[in-house]
Amino acid sequence: MSKRLSKIDQIIDKHHADKSELIQILLEIQQENHWLTRSVLDRVSQKLEVPLSQIYHISTFYKAFSLTPRGRHSVSVCLGTACHVRGAPRLLDKVTVALKIRPGETSADRKFTLITVNCLGCCAMGPVLVVNGEYYSNPSPTEIKQAIAACK
Amino acid sequence: MAKLKTLADLTQKRQGILSKRAEKRYVAINSSGTCGLSSGSDKVFQALGEEIGKQGLSGQVEVRATGCLGFCENSPIVMIFPESICYTKVKPEDVPEIVDQTLVGGKLVERLLYQGENGKRIAREGDIPFYKHQSRIVFGNNRLIDPKSIEDYIALGGYSALAKALVEMSPEGVLDTVKKANLRGRGGGGFPAGTKWETTRNAPGKTKYVIVNADEGDPGAYMDRSLLEGNPHSVLEGLIIGAYAIGAHEGYVYVRQEYPLAVENLTIALNQARQYGLLGRNILGSGFSFEVTIHRGAGAFVSGESSALMNAIEGRVGEPRPKYIRTAVSGVREKPSNLNNVETWANVPLIIDRGADWFTGIGTKGSKGTKIFSLVGKVNNTGLVEVPMGMTLRRIIYDIGGGIKQGKKFKAVQTGGPSGGVLPESLLDLPVDFDQLAEAGSMMGSGGMIVMDEDSCMVDVARYFLDFLSGESCGKCVPCREGIRQMLRILNRICEGEGKSGDIGLLEELSAVVRDSSLCALGQTAPNPVLSTIKYFREEYIAHIEQKRCPAGVCKALVSYYIVPDKCQACQICARECPVSAISGGKNLVHVIDQGKCTKCGTCIEVCPSKFDAVVKLSGKPVPAAPPPGTEVTRSRGKKR
Repeated sequence: MSKRLSKIDQIIDKHHADKSELIQILLEIQQENHWLTRSVLDRVSQKLEVPLSQIYHISTFYKAFSLTPRGRHSVSVCLGTACHVRGAPRLLDKVTVALKIRPGETSADRKFTLITVNCLGCCAMGPVLVVNGEYYSNPSPTEIKQAIAACK
Repeated sequence: MAKLKTLADLTQKRQGILSKRAEKRYVAINSSGTCGLSSGSDKVFQALGEEIGKQGLSGQVEVRATGCLGFCENSPIVMIFPESICYTKVKPEDVPEIVDQTLVGGKLVERLLYQGENGKRIAREGDIPFYKHQSRIVFGNNRLIDPKSIEDYIALGGYSALAKALVEMSPEGVLDTVKKANLRGRGGGGFPAGTKWETTRNAPGKTKYVIVNADEGDPGAYMDRSLLEGNPHSVLEGLIIGAYAIGAHEGYVYVRQEYPLAVENLTIALNQARQYGLLGRNILGSGFSFEVTIHRGAGAFVSGESSALMNAIEGRVGEPRPKYIRTAVSGVREKPSNLNNVETWANVPLIIDRGADWFTGIGTKGSKGTKIFSLVGKVNNTGLVEVPMGMTLRRIIYDIGGGIKQGKKFKAVQTGGPSGGVLPESLLDLPVDFDQLAEAGSMMGSGGMIVMDEDSCMVDVARYFLDFLSGESCGKCVPCREGIRQMLRILNRICEGEGKSGDIGLLEELSAVVRDSSLCALGQTAPNPVLSTIKYFREEYIAHIEQKRCPAGVCKALVSYYIVPDKCQACQICARECPVSAISGGKNLVHVIDQGKCTKCGTCIEVCPSKFDAVVKLSGKPVPAAPPPGTEVTRSRGKKR
């Protein structure tokens, strides 16, 4: 058994292969691998005895899941209402230019994935940029460049 | 820690904690909340601990990492008790001075105090206008509690309401009190919580569930996050009391995955409550047993709808179902399931503790108690505010919020998230409660209050919400899936300058269909942002459609940026910062924007020094011809370089 699948088994076992824990299991796998591969989903389907079609339904329905590889560094721009009225679209433009990828895309070297989120709940600090879990409140073009350059 | 087995154990425990603390003063820093962390409060927390240790004050002063303190824009905030001195925007390098001057010397560090109107510095938290006009009965304990410490919560009288309910009251008595208090759901609908509890209690079946809805999907609202992060035990205590009244022995907390810190703090709280015997088997020796499981969402707005949320708890896709039978009767695993929002649950211990009469003494005729709003957008003091129901919008926005940023003109306030609407200036004196907001064409929702100024375009706001909703519609029913998409297409056309006469009528017609025939509240309320903007700001729609003009200068296709030749001082900043190199001109030469290349990102207008103000935004009129290449700048005020 490959090393990757044994890690998946650990996650599934932790949740006692309980069908009602399916979303929680997928969340942990997504966090571990950054995406959900076909072989992993097959494994989940087999061990939980849930049809693969249902697992695909869930993994395409929720935004937290990705069926394509994501980059090592995740860059998110909040597009919540408070951020929107305070210029989030312009922040997104700047980040798009700096990363040279569009929202939802992953750079060819799989270094970055740029995603937009609907609200991070930091509405008073907007517009908000998050790079690898670090929050930036209304960053200037220079701060954006620095935040991106800090990603190795 | 030995389990607390009786009410007397809990009282004794509290007295024990208090006696140890009596002599200690403490410093609160909002480093256990996401907004605090995004402004670097964790570094201030660390610096405070180190400096206090260095000065040998560890025995007398305690540093407490609290959750959100509400005044988020002034983060990191340091509060010193018992004086309740409030320092704002504190940096780690300010810490030695705070410890030296205030904790040791008993003096104030003037420059870190909040600066009110007329530049006057305000020392005490309660004197700052932002806090002064609030009634923080639910949210106020955040500043006194380290959410990772159950002792902090017990010290404030926490879990005494639970003890009272379990020991002194019958389940029916608890239910009656909540009904009498007329507590209405804080998640959006405003449905009376007591009535809902009763339905679940009376529904057939032995197994029942109680659930906390912490999906808080409304963009622009974050009070549930702040409560769960900052005071998780208050929500948990409310939930256990509710479970007792309803007769449930299992509960769930559904938290959206965008709130990792809320999950972390809640997990700690659950474990502590179990250790103390406040959760689990035979709580406080009453014979009542209750357990809670956390369920993380995975990023879907519609999953906050009750039937969808319950599907998700079962591990299925979080899509709604028709509610011919309500979830209160048939919810999780087809068992009676009572769902309430975070803030609703957090009100329950207060009602049990202080009684229904106290609660009904606050608020308006139909809406009792307080409501937490997230006051955000173009307002000076952004943050979380808790006010009695019935306070007017004007008092919230001007007295607490300090008015509009940069002295601009108020245009509208958006309440209720994507299901709500916008309210114009003429309604500023509207008392805010469930019924008044609904009557004005908006709704309370979860309490988002997004203030917009003259630079916000109302058509763009409607477009923004429909764009959000069309992405979040689960697609199960046609009116919502297709209706919203068609409405969005029309709004996109209008924003791009392709609007046609008759579009407004078409939008209204589609709105009626989507509202009347969608399966769940997402679709039924989706037209609200469109209808309310048309109702109050029709002239903006007409300007977009007929004059191809965006009065606020937001819609990209309808604006152009232009450098006024007489004002340009050739400082070259805009040319350097322009991300697409669309600006030409060298030293001493008037800069010109290549309209073909310009992506209208607005960087040039942002970076142009305010003393020059050379870049202007035009809408609805042609861009003047550029000066011939090589035109030299006119130096202002005779200055020569």
